[in-house]
Amino acid sequence: MSQYAIKVSDLSKRYIIGNTTSSYGTLAETIVSVVKTRGSRPERREMWAVRDVSFEIPPGETVGFIGRNGAGKSTILKILSRITKPTSGEASLRGRVGALLEVGTGFHGELTGRENVYMNGALLGLTRSEIDARFDDIVAFAEVEEFLDTPVKRYSSGMMVRLAFSVAAHLEPEILLVDEVLAVGDLAFQRKCLGKITEVASAGRTVLFVSHNMAIIQALCTRGIYLNHGGVHTDGPIDHAVGAYLRSLEQQSEALDLSLRTDRRGLGEIRVSEIAIRSPSDASGTLTTGRPAEFVFKLTGVMNAITITFVIYDQLGHPVTKVSSAQPAPQDIWEAQDEPHFECLVEALAIVPGRYRLDYTLSSGVGDQDHLEGAAYFDVVEGIVGGRPVSMGEWGGDLVLTTRWRGPTAGVS
Amino acid sequence: MSTLAEPHLEPQETTIVPPSGWFALDLAPTWEYRQLLFFLTWRDLKVRYKQTALGAGWAILQPLLATIIFTVFFGRVAHLSSEGVPYVIFAFAGTLPWTYFANAMTNGSNSLVAAASMITKVYFPRMALPISAVFGCAVDFLCAAVLLIPLMAWYGEAPTWRLLALPAFFLLATGAALGMALFLSALNVSYRDVKYVIPFLTQMWMFATPVVYSAANLKQPWRTLYGLNPMVGVVEGFRWAIIGTGPAPGLTTLASVGTTVVLLIGGAAYLRHVDQSMADVI
Repeated sequence: MSQYAIKVSDLSKRYIIGNTTSSYGTLAETIVSVVKTRGSRPERREMWAVRDVSFEIPPGETVGFIGRNGAGKSTILKILSRITKPTSGEASLRGRVGALLEVGTGFHGELTGRENVYMNGALLGLTRSEIDARFDDIVAFAEVEEFLDTPVKRYSSGMMVRLAFSVAAHLEPEILLVDEVLAVGDLAFQRKCLGKITEVASAGRTVLFVSHNMAIIQALCTRGIYLNHGGVHTDGPIDHAVGAYLRSLEQQSEALDLSLRTDRRGLGEIRVSEIAIRSPSDASGTLTTGRPAEFVFKLTGVMNAITITFVIYDQLGHPVTKVSSAQPAPQDIWEAQDEPHFECLVEALAIVPGRYRLDYTLSSGVGDQDHLEGAAYFDVVEGIVGGRPVSMGEWGGDLVLTTRWRGPTAGVS
Repeated sequence: MSTLAEPHLEPQETTIVPPSGWFALDLAPTWEYRQLLFFLTWRDLKVRYKQTALGAGWAILQPLLATIIFTVFFGRVAHLSSEGVPYVIFAFAGTLPWTYFANAMTNGSNSLVAAASMITKVYFPRMALPISAVFGCAVDFLCAAVLLIPLMAWYGEAPTWRLLALPAFFLLATGAALGMALFLSALNVSYRDVKYVIPFLTQMWMFATPVVYSAANLKQPWRTLYGLNPMVGVVEGFRWAIIGTGPAPGLTTLASVGTTVVLLIGGAAYLRHVDQSMADVI
């Protein structure tokens, strides 16, 4: 019998994506669809978020999960933490499991810091006496002693994150699952969190870690599992797995083959043949908030007075910004090219981390030549704008402004 | 490093398998997380009355105001029978458990959907949410029940040994509300229609329950059949225990207990069934 902390065999998770806009239905919709189904099958698409994934992790190993957004990393963590059930396959875990999938889940603004520690601890499975025993450590780690009896709605987001991480970090489970939570908070606190995780790992506990930050993953983990389209692409030493991931990212950002697309509109005399979206400053091509980004559109030919316009949409489908070559400016360079292409350099990509979609329209003097929706998708990872770290935009839209403040007190973060 | 002396238990093994249709109630995890139940209940209460001017006074005012309105319209204007006791106390003995039941059912039904962000981000027995919502209303009920003392004193209703039966009827009301809350909260996960149905359901259910009127003259076998509405057993039990009107607990009460048990088991089983895909659907 092998000794394992986590054993996953042929794990798969399928999501059904209906063509309705809402994920939950109303009774009427269900009745209608049942009636409709009698004639024809409803249009449903299946999506395998995780497909036939198997791995075994011995106790005490620190494993990093890497891959693009939607590769199945978070789904695996959700299955292992029992939030959602797999569609097929099996997973076994030996020991108490602590999951830190999102910082601050279950925090209530009306409750004080002290009350939230107890509430959150209970939610994560600690008993009252266990929380009592850890309370001082939790508070000291979070550095919120003076604000313990203040409702957390008055906390700065940095304070909130520190307290929430601190509760979860003091769970002391045998198996710790961590999903991209370190992206929040300032750098000093990130370092502190990493130190805590390293401490947990060196105490012989098993840690599963998801992050887009390769430097952190490589520093923290000994083994890496690179997931691609829901399956295991590479499973091995961390440098090996990170290398495989970065190589595939480059290939991806180098060329997006548009020749197979049949959903184009427009006159079609000339078209965009290829789109590349990359970061000129980062070897891996990863786009980072606040850093430069480059959008390159290769064309099948040249005509008189062609312009290209592209619109970036966020994950909710809201337009973020429209960028167009139709209004020339002094810094532009217009010249004859061997391989005709439009190249658009964005000096600072001031949008929040996340996944974005790009639609473009290529126009000539006579009308729209080529229009494609969902022509490309790209991910932007956390970065810094105007000296301030920018994390996932949960509340405040997509844009990030460079700002300078003047006021009576500095924030605590 | 931890300085805790943690008991060295056998490593617990968790096996995660795909959903398998309907299965056992499996109430053990909910019991393990009983402290979470306490914290959730306490949070519900604390948040509910924060930033209200009257605070927990609302717990008392709700049944009291209902009693006053019923007394004016049904007692004074419509002259409904109150079995020989002052209509005020007759109505209060009905609105007290009814307000509890209606609030507990309503809050319980919304409890899962309201905690969607928690359900998709952290594992805990989901049953804890509707249960704690009902418990929160039970605390409100206990506050409101204190009003019985001045009311009974004012109308000269001497307490009798029958009052000792009150906790049993309170338990029955809790069971009925919890059964409905478990079922409706789970249904609400897939069908948000529940939110719109509940106000009507509560209103109709109130008219089907002898809250404002007396059903003492109902003949058998209709009486027992009427008892299939669990709140009939509860309200009549409350009246019997507080003011001694109506029939003593009997077949009607048994019928109410029967329905409540069915509601509880059915509600819990349905919630466990929905639980398997809850995080994906909610």
